[in-house]
Amino acid sequence: MNSSEQGAVKSRRPEPIKAVPVRHPGRWAGAAVIAVLAAMLLHALIFNPAFQWDVVTDTLQNEQILRGIVVTLELTVLSMLMGVAGGVLLAIMRLSPNPLLSGTAWFYIWVFRGTPVLVQLVFWNFLGALWPRLSIGIPFGPEFWSESTNVLIPTFTAALLGLGLNEAAYMAEIVRGGIQSVDEGQTEAAHALGMSRAATLRRIVLPQAMRVIIPPTGNETISMLKTTSLVQVISLSELFTAGHDIYSRTFQTIPVLVAVSIYYLIMTSILTVGQYYIERHYARGANRTLPPTPFQRLRLLFGGRRPAPKAANDVVPGLEGGGHV
Amino acid sequence: MTDLTKTPADAPTGGPMVKAEAVHKSYGPVEVLKGIDLEVKQSEVFCLVGPSGSGKSTFLRCINHLEKINGGRLWVDGELVGYQQRGDKLYELKDREVALKRRDIGMVFQRFNLFPHMTAVENVMEAPVQVRRESKAAAKEHAMALLERVGLAGKAGNYPSQLSGGQQQRVAIARALAMKPKLMLFDEPTSALDPELVGEVLDVMRGLAEEGMTMIVVTHEMGFAREVGDALVFMDGGVVVESGNPREVLTNPQHERTRAFLSKVL
Repeated sequence: MNSSEQGAVKSRRPEPIKAVPVRHPGRWAGAAVIAVLAAMLLHALIFNPAFQWDVVTDTLQNEQILRGIVVTLELTVLSMLMGVAGGVLLAIMRLSPNPLLSGTAWFYIWVFRGTPVLVQLVFWNFLGALWPRLSIGIPFGPEFWSESTNVLIPTFTAALLGLGLNEAAYMAEIVRGGIQSVDEGQTEAAHALGMSRAATLRRIVLPQAMRVIIPPTGNETISMLKTTSLVQVISLSELFTAGHDIYSRTFQTIPVLVAVSIYYLIMTSILTVGQYYIERHYARGANRTLPPTPFQRLRLLFGGRRPAPKAANDVVPGLEGGGHV
Repeated sequence: MTDLTKTPADAPTGGPMVKAEAVHKSYGPVEVLKGIDLEVKQSEVFCLVGPSGSGKSTFLRCINHLEKINGGRLWVDGELVGYQQRGDKLYELKDREVALKRRDIGMVFQRFNLFPHMTAVENVMEAPVQVRRESKAAAKEHAMALLERVGLAGKAGNYPSQLSGGQQQRVAIARALAMKPKLMLFDEPTSALDPELVGEVLDVMRGLAEEGMTMIVVTHEMGFAREVGDALVFMDGGVVVESGNPREVLTNPQHERTRAFLSKVL
């Protein structure tokens, strides 16, 4: 295009385009099929007497179930805390230049990731059968203090050890992947400024690794919420075990399990929303604009017109034009 | 620090900022530096030029011990880099001691390497707060003054992804200056920039040179070397081919290899 032509185009602004949008008949047909199938499913669920919806609603209010929810939440939160803390520690050990540390971490991950969590739960619960008493003292020397293993490790603690220590092995690999995803130039820049290895990890590498670590950690948390049901083997009354106790008395297996599943779904939904906001927090600096919150997205869907995208942080009025590398 | 880390008996005293004697560096069987001898005086702008793979960036990274040298001796301000000498034995420095020496050497990278999760002003404040234990308020005030100086006071709250390449590199220079270094290393600071953004970075560097900062600059900007440089070294294949006053070397190179290189870049 030569310059005189360009000038001509610039001087008179073209009319906005009015065109017939592309029609999507396939989409409408597909939507209709799905709507019919959904209606059939709902009908089958609601009007099948075998579901016993009155039992379901009763079970939802059952006190044993509600107490089970509390235990499930406690187990999930505490074992994930153990898992994340242990995972970070193991990942750092695994990446350490010290072969003894990295070897120890490797061995831990090998054992705890390589055996079923069910076995680990039973193992911790019956630790007393292997070592009736646990003591503190000089290795191979005198003891200062000892206590019965079964007193020291009640069922809840055994469940926590089983779930948390197993989770740490998985989290270690997730955290290691996150740390290794951070550009080496970041470490170099921090070292060149005189920052220590610990400060570099804490201030520079880990915050950036979080972006990679969070999504699989959310996955692990949701998975953990359901894995807690395995503690049924050591008879700890969390949500699933509470349901199991009820239907083994009443034989109303399906309605009770439906009620239990409804609670699991509610809890995972809440976790999903939480994960979204945490991810959004750690997107700082990585995206030029933050993705909309679910509420903003709803408003977009029903409000019609798209508002101007908000800058990634509120301090900045906007970007200077051009020149991005 | 004990006085064991002070200037060893055979090291040069009071004189050059950087002194290299027969510096060797290899990665496995590949020898990248094959004996580098040079001296950088106080307040000098020292330019390192040469084709890629000539070892100039590697040598620069040896100066703040991002790379370990395998042979020879390297001193910064009269102190051995990465080692200390007691009697006739060399002892490796601990990580902490290496970090202590790096405080005084600023470095600017080709790819900027700003911390993407921090705003411009947070990038500049980070090391003074974490390393020098300055208060946040004092560090912020100093950081704002430095951003002002590189012409970016208005961008203090921006994240690196919201800045152009030239702006990012100027923030990176301010970040290095925040540690009040006595020596600045520049590793091809303008090579990753769009041509129209090179000037703003070179202007900042010119200002630094005028204030008497000792600078070692790996660069392909021959105009900058000629105008601002006090000394220039042409490296090729891990050795120093030619050195001297930049205006003389660039206009009247003595070696065939230098002539061939300059004919391509000038």
